Parts: sequence; structure tokens; C-alpha cells
Amino acid sequence: MNATVAPARRQLHPPPVAPSPFPYNPGSLLSVQDLTLDGISHILTRATALETMDPLERARILAKRRVALLFYESSTRTRTSFELASKSLGADTTLVSSLSSSIEKGETLKDTGLTLRALGAEAIILRHSSSGAPWLLEASTHLPVLNAGDGMHEHPTQALLDLRTILQHLRPGLTTVAADTLAGVTITIVGDILHSRVARSNILLLPRLGAQVVLCGPKELLPELAATAGPGIAIERDFEAALRQSQVVMMLRIQAERLAGLQLDLEQYKSSYQLTGQRLAALAPAAVVMHPGPIIRGLELTAGVADGPQSAILEQVRNGVAIRMAVVERALTTNGARA
Amino acid sequence: MTDLVIRNGHLIDPAAGVDAPKDILIKDGRVAEIASPGKLKSANGAEVLDATGLTVAPGLIDIHVHLREPGQGYKETIATGTAAAAAGGFTSVAAMPNTNPVNDSPEITRWMLAPERNAAIRVFPIGAATRGSKGEALNDFAALKSAGAVAVTDDGHPILKDGIMRETLAAAARVGLSVIQHAEDTRMTQGCSMNAGPMAFKLGLRGMPPEAESSLVERDIRLVTELRDARVHLHVAHTSTAAAVAAVRQARRNGLRVTCEVAPHHFLLTEDHVGLYSTNAKMNPPLRSAADRDAMIEGILDGVVDAIATDHAPHAVHEKEVEFEHAPNGITGLETALGLSLRWLHREWKMPLGRVLSLLSGQPATLLGLKGRGTLAAGSFADVVIFDPKAEWTYRAADTRSKSRNTPFDGWTMQGKVRYTISEGRIVYTSA
Repeated sequence: MNATVAPARRQLHPPPVAPSPFPYNPGSLLSVQDLTLDGISHILTRATALETMDPLERARILAKRRVALLFYESSTRTRTSFELASKSLGADTTLVSSLSSSIEKGETLKDTGLTLRALGAEAIILRHSSSGAPWLLEASTHLPVLNAGDGMHEHPTQALLDLRTILQHLRPGLTTVAADTLAGVTITIVGDILHSRVARSNILLLPRLGAQVVLCGPKELLPELAATAGPGIAIERDFEAALRQSQVVMMLRIQAERLAGLQLDLEQYKSSYQLTGQRLAALAPAAVVMHPGPIIRGLELTAGVADGPQSAILEQVRNGVAIRMAVVERALTTNGARA
Repeated sequence: MTDLVIRNGHLIDPAAGVDAPKDILIKDGRVAEIASPGKLKSANGAEVLDATGLTVAPGLIDIHVHLREPGQGYKETIATGTAAAAAGGFTSVAAMPNTNPVNDSPEITRWMLAPERNAAIRVFPIGAATRGSKGEALNDFAALKSAGAVAVTDDGHPILKDGIMRETLAAAARVGLSVIQHAEDTRMTQGCSMNAGPMAFKLGLRGMPPEAESSLVERDIRLVTELRDARVHLHVAHTSTAAAVAAVRQARRNGLRVTCEVAPHHFLLTEDHVGLYSTNAKMNPPLRSAADRDAMIEGILDGVVDAIATDHAPHAVHEKEVEFEHAPNGITGLETALGLSLRWLHREWKMPLGRVLSLLSGQPATLLGLKGRGTLAAGSFADVVIFDPKAEWTYRAADTRSKSRNTPFDGWTMQGKVRYTISEGRIVYTSA
């Protein structure tokens, strides 16, 4: 069957897309795309200031303010660091997780959000397995909503803490960013790009600072159209070629929980994409090795690399607390929320 | 029933080849006489409806609506759905069988047609092709037809198996029914909630490839070709991809009886209108790429598309106020089809008014074999829409007559304001 598209006979001017109403609350952080470069600089600057501040003074910033952590997916790093960050600023936190709440009884996200608001929550930190859930929650509550990871979509605070880690290594001392801050830097993200919210947030953030992002992985986990997600994104299927040009290598976990029936030959995967000490020494001996966690030792990277001198994995975790302090502070101190 | 005279309107009846000022006399629910203004022979004592400055046309016919009864009256009832239809200028709607229970029996078909349903306009049930629309065992098409069904389909689901689809086409042809296919190879769309493409990747949603539609259309056309039976009629529901329209175009060139419909949202919107997870932009088939959308417009303009059909699919507010991937598919469409078609197809893309109206009435009537509908020739049913073709207005979902308001067209500018809808001689809708 010949299925070619009929040539357009005329210039069509179809209806435009309406502008987005989001964010309803200027304290929200739903997507890295909501942040201007100044906004990013502000968060980075505050992260450093808050990290070095006297803890007692810091605890007055959000003293007795109420922050709800609403987690529909398991989490160690993100949940703990948001909680510690909020508490460091003096806020009271409460954790609602899907396995020990009315969510189990069928309460919708909207109703859970309205309930938390009625209980006095002034901001909600949301981790959810469905892409887009934070937008629904924000539209329903108009509270500041911090996206702590939504489905396969975004994880903006992870991208910000990754940026802080990259800057500490490649641009020490710098906490303000501009469109050329990472000019000449190649950052390779390796593995399960398709299912990764970390990858999506990073590929939308890092090129805005001038970085070249190289995506690397097999077709099943890295569709060609990933390169169309924005400017400054390239695909390199050959891991070793990608490593050779990278100053930063970001390894991703294969998200078994999101594979949805996709069969993957793990031995084949390891032989093509595992970051080993040998590959690292031969091809990228100076590169910073990053991983958003949780890591699966022996799969996407070897234990030696995870624990090795080039690994910044635990620095990333540490930076998570600083970045999240800045983001929680921003959520509760940004004025002008729309009713 | 009192006689009714529509005076001084401009009649556009493409099926009868009329595009001129005419007066119309309606008696006993039928068109009794059409004459030049002031020339009706036997209008004495009739109620007069002044249509000065208005366009008079055969009532609109939507061959693809979900009225939700039986079983889901909280979304819509036959009464509310047909009231919305009347407000949109429709006088006939064909009701899809994916109700609860599925309309796979003469009993349910007759239940839908019973006077107790309080339909404002004529409802034509479409029967399920297979038992429970599960795609396994064929229903009794002759029995469905004699109960009032005008076609068969498993809409909401495809008839996926080659053998079952072949049998369906052949059996429906024997009793003179059309087969309407929901063309979606569901093996390619598991867990998907929008069109596959850059937007789905960016939003982190699993995407339905356009091939899921076009490959099934191509399969069905192959089956029609193989059956070599001129009575076989395949109708492709809610066509959304360039490749599917191309396949239908080719099938027609090959002399096959293959038709297709396009919904207003598929000739107006693209995957970009999903925006940030707007569930009122979620339907199945999904909003596609700009190239696909443009192909729908071209298909309408060049005539390969046989009908505009809304796929009116009401859902309660709470059902749509959930995570995008969990929201049900579908949007309402009965009140916006004419206003959008006139605003865009006619005004923006210069399609003659008569051709737009034909896609909304005469052609769908022919397609489903609805005798005496889709035209106002003398003797036809007096199904009439009278509208102000120049009037611009803003659609407000809050004002809908439907039970549901899940539409992406809330606040959109419409062209062409319906003033009267007349169903078999009765005025069923009037607006100031």
C-alpha cells in the first residue's frame, strides 16, 4: 500500500496552542524549564549560603512552616534529603506515602492534595509514578509544588544537584550560571534514557548553560527522537566513542519497573555499556563519574568505578541536601502566589 | 402536529443541488413543499418561522457519538446527549455500542430506541460486531438490524483478528450493514496515552505509533479486496493519520467501498495541544503530529474524507481530573462541530459552505443509508438546522447541555450560531 502524504496545496494556519497556565504558584518547581538562568543562579547561590550557615540561624528561616512530603514511589535519597533540607530550615515536615495512607483506599491525588492543604501544608513535595502528576496537584491546590520525580518525565532537583556537582568539579567556586558557563563541556548520559526522568531534566537544563549533551545507549532504551527534545543533544551509540569525548559521564540504572515487557539482554548490555575501570582509565581518565542512584553495582558500572577516585556519586547525594534547602526556601518565601 | 413554514431563509441542500432563497413547508414531520420566497402554494394556517438572513440546511448527522446509556448515565444520557446534539444543530446521531452492557443485542438496541429515553432527536444505534465487543464471536447482525441498528462496530476496541474481521465484513454485507472499524492495533498501544513522537518523549508518556492505526486500515482494506463482494462496506472511524487517509484514498481509486470520517479535533489540534498534561486533549486515537493534522485537512478538502463525525465522548469531571495516563479517553463534540467546521474549514480554509454542510449531513446520511435524511427534498424528514452563518460566538463548556464538559474547545471562537433545530417537524432547539 502506497502510504505517502498528499502534498500540502496551501499554507494552512491552524489554531495555535494556548499559553500554559503553569505554574500557578511562583514557588513551585515543576520542571527545570520553569527556571530562568537567574533563577538557577539564585538556587545555586542560596544552596551554598545555606549549606555554610550556622544551623541555629538556618533553622529560623522556615521555623514552624509546614511542608508535606507526598510519596507515591519508594525513595531513599530524594525523600531523605528533602526531609532533612526542610528540617534544617526549621520547617515541620510530614510524610504521606501511598502505602500507609488513604491513597491505598482509592483517594485521588487531587483529594489528597486538598486534604494536605486543609491540614495546613504550605508546600507539597511530590514523588509520583505518573508523568505529569505535579501539574495536576498544583492546578488542584495552587500550593507551591516541588516535583521530586514524576514518572518518566522530570526530576528537576536532581538536575540542579547534578549541575552543582559538575560546577564544583569543572568550575570550582562558581555559583552563578550563564549561557556559556559549560561551553566546551561534553556530558554523556548513558543507559536507560527512555525511562529516565533524570535524563530528561538534565537534557533540558545542561545545554542551556552551553554544555553538549551526548546520549548513549541501545535503541530500546534510547529512541532516536530523544535528540529532538531540545538543542545541544546528540546521540552516540558507541559507548567508547562517547567516553572519549566526555568530561562528565552520567550512568543511569536500567529501570526494570518501567520496562513494560521490554526484553533486554543484560549480558549484551553490560558488554556494550558497563562503565568499567578499564574503559574509564583508557578512554576518560579525567572524567567525573556521576550516577543519580540507586546504583546497581556490577550492572551499569562496576563496584570499583562506583567507589573509585573519579566517582562523584556521594557528592551528588550531599549536594542534594543543599539544593533542596534552596528549593524549599524558594517555595515558601517566593511571593505573589495566584489565588 | 401543526404545520410549519420556514420563510425567507437561504436554503443550502447540497444533496438536492439547492443553494438559493427558499420557503419550506413542513407537514406531519416531512418536507411538504419547497418554493421561492412567498410562492408556497399551501401554507395557510401554518406556524411561521422567520429565517431572514439565516441559512437553512438539512439537519446535521453525527455518525459517531457515545451517549453512554445504558450503564453510564452519570456521564451522559440519551436525553442529555441528544439535547446537546440539538443545540449543535444535529438532528440524527448514531450511537456507539460501547455501553454497559455493550449493545450487542436487539433488546438493548430497542431499549435505546424506546420513547422513555426522551431523545430530543433521532438516535440510530450501532450494534456491536462481536459479543461484548470482545472480538471473538459475531453477533446476529440480521436481528440487530431489524431492531434498528444501522451498522456494526466494536468501537472503543478494534476487531483485531483477521478471521473475525473478514467474517464481520462478509456477514454485515449479507444483511446490508456497514462495518465501522476502530482502527488501532492494540498490540502496539499497550500502556500508551498519547501519540508517539517528540512530545510523548518530552512528557515522559508512552506513545501510540501512527502505524497502529494505518496498519489496521491497510489490513482491513486487504480483507475487503479479498472478499470481492460489492456489498461490503468498510468505514474507518475517527481517522487520524496521514497514512490511513492515504490508504483509504488508494482503496477508493481501486473501486472499493471504503469510507472514512474525521473528527474536528483531528483536523484542528495536534499533540502539542496536550500541553502540560491536559486530559481534555486525551482521546483515542490521540492528537497526532502537525503533518497528520494537515493530512486530515487536505483529505477533507480534496474529498477523500466522507464525513465529519465528532466521536462525542462525555466523561465526568472527576474522571478527567486525574493523572494523564489514568484519565479516560475522549472529549465532547456535539455542540462545537458546526462552529469549528465553519470557523476553520469554511472561513480559514475556504471550503464552500455547501461542502462543509454536506460532510455534516448529506454524506453521512448516504454513508449509513439513512433514508429521507441529509436532504430537504420534498418528502424527506423535516430535519432542519437554521443558523446564522456569519455570527461569531464563544463556546462555554459550563453552558453545555451535555452532562459532561470535557472539551478542549472551551473559550474557543465559533462561527455560525444555530438558531433553530427542527427534528421531524418539531422545533427541538431555539436560541436568541
